[in-house]
Amino acid sequence: MFWQRKDLLGLRYLTPEEINLILDTAVPMKEIIGRKIKKTPTLRGRSMVTLFYENSTRTRSSFDLAGKFLSADTVGLTASSSSVAKGESLRDTGLTLTAMGVDVVVMRHPASGAAEYLAKCIPAAVINAGDGTHEHPTQALLDMFTIREKKGSMAGLKVVIVGDILHSRVARSNIWGLTKMGAEVRVVGPITLMPKDIEKMGVKVYHRLEDALEGADVVNVLRIQLERQQQGLFPSLREYSRLYGINQKRLELTASDAIILHPGPMNRGVEIEHQVAYGNRSFINEQVTNGVAVRMALLYLLTGGEYHALSN
Amino acid sequence: MRYLIKGGIVVDPVADTLTCTDILVEEGMIKEIGQLSDSEAEVIAAEGNYVCPGFMDMHVHLREPGYEYKEDIVSGTRAAAMGGFTSVACMPNTNPVADNAAIISHVLAKARNAAARVFPIGALTKGSLGKELTEMADLKGAGAVALSDDGMPVMNADIMLRVMQYASMLEMTVISHCEDNKLSEGGQMHEGAVSAMLGLKGIPSLAEEIMVARDILLSEYTGCRLHLAHISTEGSVRLVRQAKERGVPVTAEATPHHFTLTEEAVQGYSTNAKVNPPLRRQTDVEAIKEGLRDGTIDVIATDHAPHAYHEKDVEFQYAPNGMIGLETAVGLIFTQLVQPGILTVPQAVAKLTCNPHRVLGLSGGRLLPGTPANITIIDPKLSEVVDPTKLLSKSKNTPFGRWKLTGLPVLTMKDGLLVMRDRQLLE
Repeated sequence: MFWQRKDLLGLRYLTPEEINLILDTAVPMKEIIGRKIKKTPTLRGRSMVTLFYENSTRTRSSFDLAGKFLSADTVGLTASSSSVAKGESLRDTGLTLTAMGVDVVVMRHPASGAAEYLAKCIPAAVINAGDGTHEHPTQALLDMFTIREKKGSMAGLKVVIVGDILHSRVARSNIWGLTKMGAEVRVVGPITLMPKDIEKMGVKVYHRLEDALEGADVVNVLRIQLERQQQGLFPSLREYSRLYGINQKRLELTASDAIILHPGPMNRGVEIEHQVAYGNRSFINEQVTNGVAVRMALLYLLTGGEYHALSN
Repeated sequence: MRYLIKGGIVVDPVADTLTCTDILVEEGMIKEIGQLSDSEAEVIAAEGNYVCPGFMDMHVHLREPGYEYKEDIVSGTRAAAMGGFTSVACMPNTNPVADNAAIISHVLAKARNAAARVFPIGALTKGSLGKELTEMADLKGAGAVALSDDGMPVMNADIMLRVMQYASMLEMTVISHCEDNKLSEGGQMHEGAVSAMLGLKGIPSLAEEIMVARDILLSEYTGCRLHLAHISTEGSVRLVRQAKERGVPVTAEATPHHFTLTEEAVQGYSTNAKVNPPLRRQTDVEAIKEGLRDGTIDVIATDHAPHAYHEKDVEFQYAPNGMIGLETAVGLIFTQLVQPGILTVPQAVAKLTCNPHRVLGLSGGRLLPGTPANITIIDPKLSEVVDPTKLLSKSKNTPFGRWKLTGLPVLTMKDGLLVMRDRQLLE
């Protein structure tokens, strides 16, 4: 199978075959990261810009390293405020980058749909590195890569996503990706942090954590943003932690070989207990490595690479 | 100039009749209706077409003064004439806001030779800020036909109470934009499955319905004539229906986009589908149609809201709300409501003629000898594919591009003058 798409905008738009192609391509990429000399000439002469309208440390450096490991020329641009506030439209920013000869634009943006909009404006490939509360496809792909590594497959697994589903682009991308791959996805959190009609995305909705964790194979814990309490969406961090915090005791409800994931950065003691975060079921650090591998795979595929060519 | 409109199906929305007859127009007035011949008059053949009282769109944004790059009175009324409207009522959210007599007078002066009659609506509160009452008597004296803070809900119930008490004293209709802006704060589209998928903050139906309920209660309390602008939800229709049964002096309008499109139109982050109130669910669309059918909703108005291309050509979150509607309304009404049998032709025409006139306390909206010759002729068989680039409005923000519409205006006559004929505006 060959990659046919110009962009990676979200997992909603991908087929299971395409998701598998990305994950398969990430396997040899991860091997490169494990080498002493982490450099291949694969993307020599290719250029990538990370265009971040929101702060990010790990996603941005992950893409940056992914590009550098493959010998792409990488440039990072940040915008302290939105394109509109800056006075230059996103279309014009995109066209300027295109005129400079950029092959791939990796963009994070506070507005949902911004990546889709940019992709329509410019001929370069666009990778959505998180758009508003819409999708964060590379995070979900690295979650899925980790799950596949540990569980062999995603089909039939019971995956619980815990926390602020309403504002989470990670949750939405995971829902699209995991349901396509045959997993049963359960979302759990307070009703004030749950989007109305979310069950229409094919998930089971829970408000009691214990019910959701029953027999779960994977627990993906979302970061709770402390500002949500100030917005009155839940009464206190104490109560949130008491109702939705993942601790050792609650983990006993899950399958005995269940794994714990977290997109980071963690609020230890709030959504996740220290012992769980650093326990033997947690693969949170490995997720970070896998993130670089998945992003290398995407850069490779989007710039015309073929999986089979790589494996040969 | 004398015109003899020959052989058309004359629509009387008040009597609810269709009559095959002729109309003689002379010196700007309807002189005679009946089986006529007049060798000196220019004959307008209208066989098979509906000859209607001139249409009125009682909810448009002409953007002048202040935002002439989006639309102005000349371009907006040209779009109106092309769309079959002989009259428009324009909302006061200009810059400055039409909250004083000078702005009302300015609008009327600019509209003197426009392609459609313009009826300005004055603001309810100064600057439409929802705090202080405007000089309503002055506004009325200058020519304002109603009062509204359209786009800006009056959140304080006490102030809305005073507004309605004062407006009722002056026998002016209050047009309410029903939105609890705390419940809708930050909202980008209707709250539901599509907003969940797209990751856009939703606006619940409740944000509209709570204010519809409040304003109905205030109307009941004060006796003030209340007109609810662009209602969009099943719950709002139900509340208006119940209020009318109790005899509350309330009327309501719906827009063509709210009876045609659902939240699905936002898929792909189409900024042309970003409107306030937002496009709702299919059940809401059905409720709006039923409300139009059973008379709960009195008026069809477009909420014509022009925005320049560069304003809509941005990330969804940053795009302003609104779509244009003057040139697609009649085609949508015939295609979506008349052809499927939801409304008869006289019923549909009533929602564009006598009903908006009645809401605004204006005479007109019916073809009678001795009245000004404001006439719209519709060819029910004529089809056209909407090409936004060819629309006369300065702005082209419509989601109906490439839609095929059937049942289109082919003639617009304003005060006895032909302003549009055969889908061409006459300069």
